[in-house]
Amino acid sequence: MPKDHGIGASPKRREDVRFLTGAGNYTDDINVHGQAYVHFLRSDMAHGKINGIDTSAAEGMPGVVRIFTGKDFEGVGGLPCGWQVTDKNGDPMKEPPHPVLAQGKVRHVGDPIAAVVADSLEQARTAAEAIVLDIEELPAVVDMAKALQSGATKVHDDLSDNLCYDWQFGTDTETTDAAFKNAAHVTTLELVNNRLVANPMEPRVAVGEYSRARDEHTLYTTSQNPHVIRLLMGAFVLGIPEHKLRVVAPDVGGGFGTKIFHYAEEAFCTFAAKACNRPVKWTATRSEAFMSDAHGRDHVTKIELALDKDNNFIGVRTDTMANMGAYLSTFASSVPTWLHGTLMAGNYKTPAVQVNVKAVFTNTVPVDAYRGAGRPEATFQLERVIDKAARELGVDPIALRRQNFITQFPYATPVAVEYDTGDYEATMAKMEELMDIGGFAARRKASEAKGMLRGLGVNCFIEACGIAPSNLVGQLGARAGLYDAATVRVNATGSISVMVGAHSHGQGHETVFPQVVAEMLGIDESMIDIVHGDTSKIPFGMGTYGSRSLAVCGSAMVRATEKIINKAKKIAGHLLEASDSDIELKDGKFTVAGTDKSVAWGDVTLAAYVPHNYPLEDIEPGLEETAFYDPANFTYPAGAYACEVEVDPETGKVTIEKFVSADDFGNVVNPMIVEGQVHGGIAQGIGQALLENCAYDENGQLLSASYMDYAMPRADDLPHMANYVVDHSCQTPCTHNPLGVKGCGEAGAIGSPPTVVNAVIDALHSGGHTHVSHIDMPVSPSRVWAAINGQ
Amino acid sequence: MKKVTMTVNGKTVSGEVKGNTLLTEFLREDLRLTGTHVGCDTSQCGACVVHVNGEAVKSCTMFAAEADGAEVKTIEGMANADGSLSVIQQAFQDYHGLQCGFCTPGMVMSAAALLKENPKPSEAEVRDYLEGNICRCTGYHNIVRAIMAASGQDVPAVAAE
Repeated sequence: MPKDHGIGASPKRREDVRFLTGAGNYTDDINVHGQAYVHFLRSDMAHGKINGIDTSAAEGMPGVVRIFTGKDFEGVGGLPCGWQVTDKNGDPMKEPPHPVLAQGKVRHVGDPIAAVVADSLEQARTAAEAIVLDIEELPAVVDMAKALQSGATKVHDDLSDNLCYDWQFGTDTETTDAAFKNAAHVTTLELVNNRLVANPMEPRVAVGEYSRARDEHTLYTTSQNPHVIRLLMGAFVLGIPEHKLRVVAPDVGGGFGTKIFHYAEEAFCTFAAKACNRPVKWTATRSEAFMSDAHGRDHVTKIELALDKDNNFIGVRTDTMANMGAYLSTFASSVPTWLHGTLMAGNYKTPAVQVNVKAVFTNTVPVDAYRGAGRPEATFQLERVIDKAARELGVDPIALRRQNFITQFPYATPVAVEYDTGDYEATMAKMEELMDIGGFAARRKASEAKGMLRGLGVNCFIEACGIAPSNLVGQLGARAGLYDAATVRVNATGSISVMVGAHSHGQGHETVFPQVVAEMLGIDESMIDIVHGDTSKIPFGMGTYGSRSLAVCGSAMVRATEKIINKAKKIAGHLLEASDSDIELKDGKFTVAGTDKSVAWGDVTLAAYVPHNYPLEDIEPGLEETAFYDPANFTYPAGAYACEVEVDPETGKVTIEKFVSADDFGNVVNPMIVEGQVHGGIAQGIGQALLENCAYDENGQLLSASYMDYAMPRADDLPHMANYVVDHSCQTPCTHNPLGVKGCGEAGAIGSPPTVVNAVIDALHSGGHTHVSHIDMPVSPSRVWAAINGQ
Repeated sequence: MKKVTMTVNGKTVSGEVKGNTLLTEFLREDLRLTGTHVGCDTSQCGACVVHVNGEAVKSCTMFAAEADGAEVKTIEGMANADGSLSVIQQAFQDYHGLQCGFCTPGMVMSAAALLKENPKPSEAEVRDYLEGNICRCTGYHNIVRAIMAASGQDVPAVAAE
């Protein structure tokens, strides 16, 4: 029988009531008395030299408070990059300045040139139209290969070229080359990991406020990590010490990575609120979001897989160009390197793995982490090349994967990480069972009878989550620690507020985190509330991304709760006149072991705050503890996914007919929420595989800048419930965090794209279109039709 | 400026609006009914769906002046009279049909309009009807289940078919 409370139960989400009744408090719902509105005048060209900005006419327009340009930010820092990658020749990556408002040049469509602050948004927009720009259009670099050619137009004039870094990682060249030389078979695949836009449904918003009386700044912002914003903006951009800067991220309507980063608009609103002595609010339109939210993916890769005569993998070599866009976003440099290269061993015991990445500046919106961040790119190329190898060798793709699985743990890969635990055979077997692989031939026949081609695609993946051990990432170039923190504040009457550094923007922390504390203390979940999203209320935590909330912040919460239990036992021992080592806590009651002497939870908490009968000589009054938790390793969720598609050979349209995911997330605290996370990740992965594409033309014009042009997955693009199973019953608990959890937020987006593409290629081969070895995503009807017809 | 009067969630309200004030702006900024959300600027996302005279309308596609004299219902008016969640709202909670909550008001309003029109929709009909509502978190799976459950259908039985 499933549990009805605590760890392993699926209580209804407590945050739902406010969201279902319109009572949520998102950033755009916040209006501060006296606020003005800012409209950003953005570049409509991809690359240009700013010769002049004439704001004189606009300044006299009704309602205008002040107009800002790059000049106003000359004494202010630029937006920083949080990760230093070292080039293979030992040089630091190139790190061009990233001004809040453009200085000297515009470098992508959407680059902010001027900001008009006015009494109303309409007045700000109208005045912006009266700004006269003298910008000389320059040739734009969009294609990465062209950007790397000698003599290419430079995005940043002060740099020698458009190469941010040339990075090499993993097995040395001599050993890798030897593996390929000794190979019985080598499979090569060139592919594109398409540029995506994260598109949380809530566009970004920032409200800056300044108190002259207290010399204090407040920023309300749509962030996944308010402390990170406070640190980056306060220390590197505006020079505001932390105690004078409060960052609040209230209800946030989805993030998917793109709300991790520190953005120009946040710094602007904070700066302008003081400069104008008025609160300043900015709300992005969706069109603005498309040209100012950091994009995701955008890799061009060549991967080679070497196999010996028995089809054992003996070498993997990859060569990737990764688009950085026009500036380095907060974690841009880490995505194609440490979040991608470290995953290139996948689930396989390949002895030699070498990863080469060139990061390239182009005249496009900056690219940074999007759900999965580096790991989907790694999985896609590896699992596509394995599928191609199986086809070339005429072997079963499932058997080929199985034969090469890592089976002994811990396992140190050739790409720097050590998998602590896993069971890839278990998830593969679970997937085969749920997919009814044995019934595929009959289903294919039925599809063929309708004139459709049916294909089966499988995929295995590993990810590195629970980001991350600070000492390790520090060695790898991170400029921050990646611990998290929690404070457990027990009140006098026994209720509890838990202040956490993690931020919930859809993940349901307000429901899940109390399940853990309630389980540890044996009290009712309703006595526990979670506080998050406000730097003035919570301890310094690094926020939510990289499937880290429960693995890292949850572990901090466990450690803080353990401290509470230890202290509470001392108090209980005093009240019961027994040694605290003899006190047991069970079902919210402290009992002297082996006796019926006990005190209730509330008796102990009250004693802590009304210490009349209390061991004051040994311990302090009160019951509040904080813990910072720095993980010993990444966590390594893994899984096996399968998909069946039908391809209409007449039109090229692909329909997902059946989809199964078998994930190993370690222990699961709330199955309902875990399944919801997987559903969402898979929808985004299917979106990448079949629909979504962020497209630029050769002049750097953004062609997909609205929902008219960027195909978001709709309800009828996704598998029906009778043919869709997400499973997490295979559980090898993480060995190094107290909850044994691995994280589930990104798995679906990592595991599904290659599954879908593998299925499409399988379908085409079944129809005799054996010349098609790959189709780049999105696998749209036109691309499939063109591939079928050799175009 | 033009004076408009309408009934919103059963209460008569009035305000001065400009000719280009959208209904969604009037609801959010003038009436402070911030449950109605704005997720795009091209009328695709559906986060702003409300009911006007009983019909689902994207409130970003309608001027406030056009709603003069109309009966408007927003997410704030969807709960039962005693404040408890309505059947549709409760089904969204029961089936985990929301995550970040931003698209949710529009989803609930669209679901209510669908079930009024088609009290026992098939799964395909639900998916088709949601064409104008985008959710980025849930992958729609649990939204579809919630709407079918709210229509009184046995969701596990549908899934087993």
